[in-house]
Amino acid sequence: MWTWFFQLASPPHFYRMAASLVPWLLWPALLLILVGAWGGLVLAPADYQQGEGYRIIYVHVPSSYLSMMVYVTMAVAAGIGLIWRIKLAHAVAASCAPVGATFTAAALITGMLWGKPMWGTYWQWEPRLTSELILLFLYFGYMSLRSAFNDLNQSDRASAVLALAGVVNVPIIHFSVLWWAGLHQGPSISKIDAPSIAFAMLWPLLVMILGFTLFFLGILAMRVRGEVLEREFHSRWAQDVLRGVSRVEAA
Amino acid sequence: MSEFFAMGGYAKYVWSSFGVTAIVLILNLLAARRQLRQTRERLQLRLVRQSGRKVNT
Amino acid sequence: MVLVGLFVAGVAAAVGLALRAFQENLLYFYTPTQAIAGEAPDGKKIRLGGMVQEGSVRREPGDLELRFDVSDNEKTMTVAYSGVLPDLFKEGQGVIAMGHLGADGVFQAEEVLAKHDENYMPPEVAATMATDGQGTPAAPPRSDAALN
Repeated sequence: MWTWFFQLASPPHFYRMAASLVPWLLWPALLLILVGAWGGLVLAPADYQQGEGYRIIYVHVPSSYLSMMVYVTMAVAAGIGLIWRIKLAHAVAASCAPVGATFTAAALITGMLWGKPMWGTYWQWEPRLTSELILLFLYFGYMSLRSAFNDLNQSDRASAVLALAGVVNVPIIHFSVLWWAGLHQGPSISKIDAPSIAFAMLWPLLVMILGFTLFFLGILAMRVRGEVLEREFHSRWAQDVLRGVSRVEAA
Repeated sequence: MSEFFAMGGYAKYVWSSFGVTAIVLILNLLAARRQLRQTRERLQLRLVRQSGRKVNT
Repeated sequence: MVLVGLFVAGVAAAVGLALRAFQENLLYFYTPTQAIAGEAPDGKKIRLGGMVQEGSVRREPGDLELRFDVSDNEKTMTVAYSGVLPDLFKEGQGVIAMGHLGADGVFQAEEVLAKHDENYMPPEVAATMATDGQGTPAAPPRSDAALN
């Protein structure tokens, strides 16, 4: 187990493995997202309150879930990089940010498009919406902070501190609907008891969430490869890859 | 069929949500590919310049 | 280093502004009980949250103004509103009304937002649950559902 772990954390090994992993993540992701979208738009019945309008859930919830999941991944990777000084971990953290920011934006936009017809407003400064907007600012702050340093080590460490400090926002987003009086309803699927959503409506959502997760992992693998190559530029294996004479470079 | 696209009057909101999300997915894919390709090209150029300098001196 | 400071300041300012707006939003949120007890500041725009009472939505003939009673299961307050209602507005549903408390004790709303619960189900299922008398949709909603 541990040899496997250290092998994985070795940059040339990761670079090669990630390349072969990408199609195994992205193709199933595409399939799951198509099945989920079909299930959500066509097969799932209309809602008793919101009619066909609730179908926005099939893009809103997976995006919102990713926005938080990616942030946690980023913060954990940044923490590992900070404590154990593993370069690969910093590469992972740096690669998470742009992906997470786009899904946060998607969550906010689809949420606004859902809020307008149902609640009667695009935006309210209420707990769930505000904390999700702050998540977007955290991603922006993380990316700006990274680009503000010329030295990669400094950039890694400073941004890791920001990522870790910002992680408190994630439970705030999740529990905001329970802690404060706001407009957003409570959680539907992450309850300890039975989910508050009929199974015919639930399964496309779960398929969609799984598809989005695989999609993120595929995109992450691609981005980390670029990051690793850049960080390892002075090493022998990276230069072999760049010259095209390496066994490492298969894809 | 047209009933399906009408989404019970919520067409505007449902389809633009799905559209925005599709765009985000596609942009992520394109951006990740571009980032990998550009990094590789930039580093290759740097490598060529470096080895060129070594040959000259 | 100047750049770093600027970026951090920019993000901090954005977060600060968002939190300020959020705090104001929270600050001026009242239940009918609180509003009737006079906890809400006079003349200030506030938010009134609660449940639209069954059978309370009425419109005077020839009048655009709509009136309904908002309850927190303890006290009720009449809300007057003329404007577009969200699709989910109906009796028994949670609402947040924005406006001010009139001298006559009627809440003059400028905007009405609908809250909904976290349940999603097909209409047939909702109907069955309603007749069973054990389901969520037709059963009287929990008092906290309107407030969280």
